[in-house]
Amino acid sequence: MGDWRNICKDKDTRPEVQQYESWKELPPIPICFPAHASDTGSWRTVRPVTNYEKCTKCGFCYLYCPEGTIHEGKDGYYHVEYDYCKGCGVCANECPVKCITMVLESDAQEEIMND
Amino acid sequence: MTNTESEFEGIHLLKGNYAAAYAARAANVQVVTAFPITPQTLVVEKISELVDSGKMNCEFIRMESEHSVMTGLIGASIAGARTFTGTSGQGLLYMSEPVHWAAGTRLPIVMSIASRGIAPPWNIWADFSDVITQRDSGWLIQLTATHQEIYDSILMAYKISEDPDVMLPSMVAYGGFILSHTSKPVDMPPQAEIDAFLPQIPDQGWEHIFLDAERPMMHGALIMPGDFYQEFRMKIQLAQIRAKDKIKQVSKKFGEKFGRYYGNGLFEEYNSSDAEYIIINCGEIAKQMEIAVDSLRKEGYKVGMIRLRTYRPFPSSELVQAVKHAKIVGVVDRATAFGSPTGGPISTDVRAALQDDPNTRNLTVVPFINGIGGRDVLPEEQRGQFETLFHVLDKGTYPKTKDLMDKTYWTGTIDRRDS
Repeated sequence: MGDWRNICKDKDTRPEVQQYESWKELPPIPICFPAHASDTGSWRTVRPVTNYEKCTKCGFCYLYCPEGTIHEGKDGYYHVEYDYCKGCGVCANECPVKCITMVLESDAQEEIMND
Repeated sequence: MTNTESEFEGIHLLKGNYAAAYAARAANVQVVTAFPITPQTLVVEKISELVDSGKMNCEFIRMESEHSVMTGLIGASIAGARTFTGTSGQGLLYMSEPVHWAAGTRLPIVMSIASRGIAPPWNIWADFSDVITQRDSGWLIQLTATHQEIYDSILMAYKISEDPDVMLPSMVAYGGFILSHTSKPVDMPPQAEIDAFLPQIPDQGWEHIFLDAERPMMHGALIMPGDFYQEFRMKIQLAQIRAKDKIKQVSKKFGEKFGRYYGNGLFEEYNSSDAEYIIINCGEIAKQMEIAVDSLRKEGYKVGMIRLRTYRPFPSSELVQAVKHAKIVGVVDRATAFGSPTGGPISTDVRAALQDDPNTRNLTVVPFINGIGGRDVLPEEQRGQFETLFHVLDKGTYPKTKDLMDKTYWTGTIDRRDS
């Protein structure tokens, strides 16, 4: 496993806490990358869905998202990372052209299946 | 020292609180968060004054509570800054939750505590009960006795806390008003020598945690019982154990460089190496107890005193060695630990520590509690504490005085109906 001091500096070689075999090799505090820790899981009730025909690329949703899950894509539009989105609806509420609707997870899942 | 050019070098008359502020300046702290509370307020007030006049280069942030003060320092320390603040009494209690978080995140924050009694009833005077409430938080705790020692201990605290084998925050405590608001000459070494003594502040943050916007990370996230939670707590205790040697080393290095020694760093012995009667005491009243020791020595009593400097980590094995030749030991607390075996935190710890060694297992440890809420403790009262030890050893019984409550002497207790 090596010295945690080296492991600590590099994202790619840093193991997950669970992968250590002895507590003596552990760094002084548990550190992990957001991808492994703040995954929303399956409890979200509604998710934001953007109507890109109405969207003006203003970026309000990106600015207001309290979880930082909205990013600007190469196309200039803003996209939600559903792995982390908690479904709070702040983006839909703040959108000045009301192009974001909160869709029930069950309906959204069904739509994905049908696509 | 005749350096009159700088108010930060040479010998200057300083309040204890200013000694703490000047030490933080000398340690080149980068972030100070502040919330006022008596009797600490002068510490952060002085720092704000120094920052405002351009004499100190640090980020000074006024917070809305002590809870935010510590949370702010945690953020700054995670970003790799050297950090400092001061608090007292109720402020420390309100800060308690992030105090534990700071130790768990292994951040080398240093905080001065102008200790005061816990309310209710309101009290703002010398009493270590506030620090004692944070005893099990994982912080290193130094109890100081002089203005000079406040200054020196804060400098040493950075060197101890930032050691990669320790990486735990430090509290440097001193009695409210008795040290915080009185003035004594404090000898401040030249800045270049302090810079050479203290470790370099790493550019990239502390070894185990660092901020990198390109690679955001989480720390201290939830750990399931089956994973390494127990082990991360073990690492805090291991760092406390390791800190004992570091404190000894740093204290020795400090003495070699600046000419001031504080015993072995863990405690300071006063005439105790051949003493039959030893009292373990702490803080400024321990310094004063030297008068009682001197007067009893002149009368031929083989008495000695040990002033405990480092309360956490508790120097168990070192204390065993220091008292094993004694016939009886007394422990004086200027703090309360309600419901503990003796009512006093240090006497409880001393009994546990001496129990661990066959040489000291049978020593009688007499607990004393005095000076609670800043009540004056005079040398005569301290002399009386030794005389209680004489009586207990000679007669084999605890003398029944007005101060005795369930095998602990609360000396100086008011009882005007004393029969």
